[in-house]
Amino acid sequence: MKVSPYRVGIDIVDVHRIQDSIQRFGDCFLNRLFTRAEQAYCESLSHNTTIAQCLAARFAAKEATIKVLRPEAAMLDWRTIEIRRHQGGYCDIVLYEDAADLAQQRGIITLSVSMSHEAAYATAVVVAEF
Amino acid sequence: MNDKIRAILKENAHLPVNVDTLNDEQNLYDAGMSSHSTVNVMLALEDEFDVEFPARLLRRSVFSSVASIRNAINELCRSTELVL
Repeated sequence: MKVSPYRVGIDIVDVHRIQDSIQRFGDCFLNRLFTRAEQAYCESLSHNTTIAQCLAARFAAKEATIKVLRPEAAMLDWRTIEIRRHQGGYCDIVLYEDAADLAQQRGIITLSVSMSHEAAYATAVVVAEF
Repeated sequence: MNDKIRAILKENAHLPVNVDTLNDEQNLYDAGMSSHSTVNVMLALEDEFDVEFPARLLRRSVFSSVASIRNAINELCRSTELVL
């Protein structure tokens, strides 16, 4: 059997737990996980619950990306994986620093992401092409 | 210190098992700790011990057991004392 030129990562996040973390740790939590641009977009939304869903979906996308990058011992800084939203509403992944280096080492050519959420859960799937 | 670490794990790790049933060396990820929980545990440890985990300590192995967390906190506290 041929080795697939694709690798898939998936993650699911409990929105309420993200909301709890934001309430408990505030900016420390947000600044550890999300870039300024991600925070700015999510915080532009109208309601705290919607903001938590937006952030939870992005966290799921970062974790799904980590699954396709397969780091060894070190944990990647979540901010080196940015979920960038385009005006049409679709999103792309932009990698920086260690995450970008790791993608290059792994031979990843492209990454695609799809995110979704309901009130309680957010999920994301990332496909890497080699 | 172990008691404080265990209290933080109870509150933040959301393990499906009672942390008191795990010994100091048992793997917390095998016991069900998620990445999100790792972030919460890390931030709670930083609050409790007044330290900050630098990038070099952001490794799954550091958060993988009570003993490995204790070692990391001891190292960070020693570094802080040296700076002071």
